[in-house]
Amino acid sequence: MTIAYGLAVPRTSESSGGIDTTDLRPGLGDPVHDSQRFFRKLLSAMAQPGRPVELPGAPEGPVPLDPATAAAALTLLDLDAPLWIDWIADTPQLRAYLKFHCGCPIVERSQTAAFGLITDPEHMPRLALFAQGSDQYPDRAASLLLQVPSLEGGPAVTLSGPGIRDSAVFAPDGLPDWFWNDWRLNAGQFPLGVDVFFTCGDRVVGLPRSILAEG
Amino acid sequence: MTRAAPQSESVVEAGYNFAYLDEQTKRMIRRCILKAVAVPGYQVPFGGREMPLPYGWGTGGMQVTASIIGRADTLKVIDQGADDTTNAVNIRRFFARTAEVPTTEATAEASIVQTRHRVPEDPLAEGQIIVYQVPQPEPLRALEPREVECRKMHAYKEYGLMQVSLYEDIARFGEIATSYSYPVMVNDRYLMSPTPIPKFDNPKMDDCPALQLFGAGREKRIYAVPPYTRVKSLDFDDHPFAIQQWEEDCALCGAEETFLDEVILDDKGGKMYVCSDSHFCERRRAEGHRGRLSEGAAKAYAAAVGADVEEA
Repeated sequence: MTIAYGLAVPRTSESSGGIDTTDLRPGLGDPVHDSQRFFRKLLSAMAQPGRPVELPGAPEGPVPLDPATAAAALTLLDLDAPLWIDWIADTPQLRAYLKFHCGCPIVERSQTAAFGLITDPEHMPRLALFAQGSDQYPDRAASLLLQVPSLEGGPAVTLSGPGIRDSAVFAPDGLPDWFWNDWRLNAGQFPLGVDVFFTCGDRVVGLPRSILAEG
Repeated sequence: MTRAAPQSESVVEAGYNFAYLDEQTKRMIRRCILKAVAVPGYQVPFGGREMPLPYGWGTGGMQVTASIIGRADTLKVIDQGADDTTNAVNIRRFFARTAEVPTTEATAEASIVQTRHRVPEDPLAEGQIIVYQVPQPEPLRALEPREVECRKMHAYKEYGLMQVSLYEDIARFGEIATSYSYPVMVNDRYLMSPTPIPKFDNPKMDDCPALQLFGAGREKRIYAVPPYTRVKSLDFDDHPFAIQQWEEDCALCGAEETFLDEVILDDKGGKMYVCSDSHFCERRRAEGHRGRLSEGAAKAYAAAVGADVEEA
């Protein structure tokens, strides 16, 4: 099989001496078709905000990633997508996993990242600390993979906007108490702002910046 | 109706990746599509690749389709509403060969519909994706040739120029003369070109349950309209938006509320109007609907377009 998957393998080794492949967990079993399948799920999550979408067959990533988080990362990240990781996820195992399977640059400053990977939402940076895009290029804003302890049972908000027929109720658990206030600011500066994929287990919920959340 | 995927020659064995594009390109386009969905109507620049057919034949739509299509999909391709014209046949065959997906002419059976210049008459459903081939994504281009200026006008929602151009139509012709590529506002924020679909199809974009994706290959732009999004055709209070109307019905199936094509029958001024959506018309005829024209005229039409209508 001739598949251009070789591009996803990092071509340079780091100053630390390359990638530590001990305990490296496998990536997608079928890179071409798995990533297509997961992308369509992510697309339908983004197109129908607030509606949980299952990712059956999502891979077991390294601790602390849930399968849905790992699937989203492997589907969307590559050497053109700088990634910022929060402190609790930033382990040598996770860095090796993402470097090996995605080859994405891992950046220290959240403002310079195209993607943010957050596994400890309670201590996450404020939304304004991620790239917001510019008036003329709102697409240059960050997408966050925000792993939460549960997609239900938290404080409920009512979502409305493009992709939602009337309204949808969304109640993720484990978010910091400022989150929905920050989201009002985020949605208020549309078309600027970040877009979020909430992940938990093997499910994902999309929340683009165009969506209003009323608490 | 659905044609199974070809089994004979595997594309992967032939040296192509699934759905032609390489994985790196697909990921780049996929990230752009997600941003396009997040900012409805905004044109996301993307690294357009060369496709094995010239610009203007749907390279943008094909790149979008190639990035989203999978083995579970069923594809329908239309060109001006018809499933059986050159562009549609070739693009359908391209994906049947490179992605080994089943293809169909029935709108309801398709999970992805790629289209050139029409929205099917049958309503689209939730879960379906319609991919438009876009020749010129910038609705302001005819009024402002400079890309830098157009970008600023979008950034600051400065769309007065477009209203002036529609007003000039009214001043000159007494009505808005634009009949295709009729500009729309998406989610009350971005002015968007609906691609050269007739304005007849504009109302179908509003509050549509399906996801709408737009790909422009030469101009290298992708934009999107999520399901259930407000898409408003520009107009004035005293000159409200109106769609085309015909005095005749479809000569073959008798449909009263479809977009009709004019077909010249002879050199003595004879003509007929037929549905532009070929599958919709065929299905109605199969259901027993008949237009006003005699069997002879239907045969003359069949001879003219080379279509098979012996049952009509």
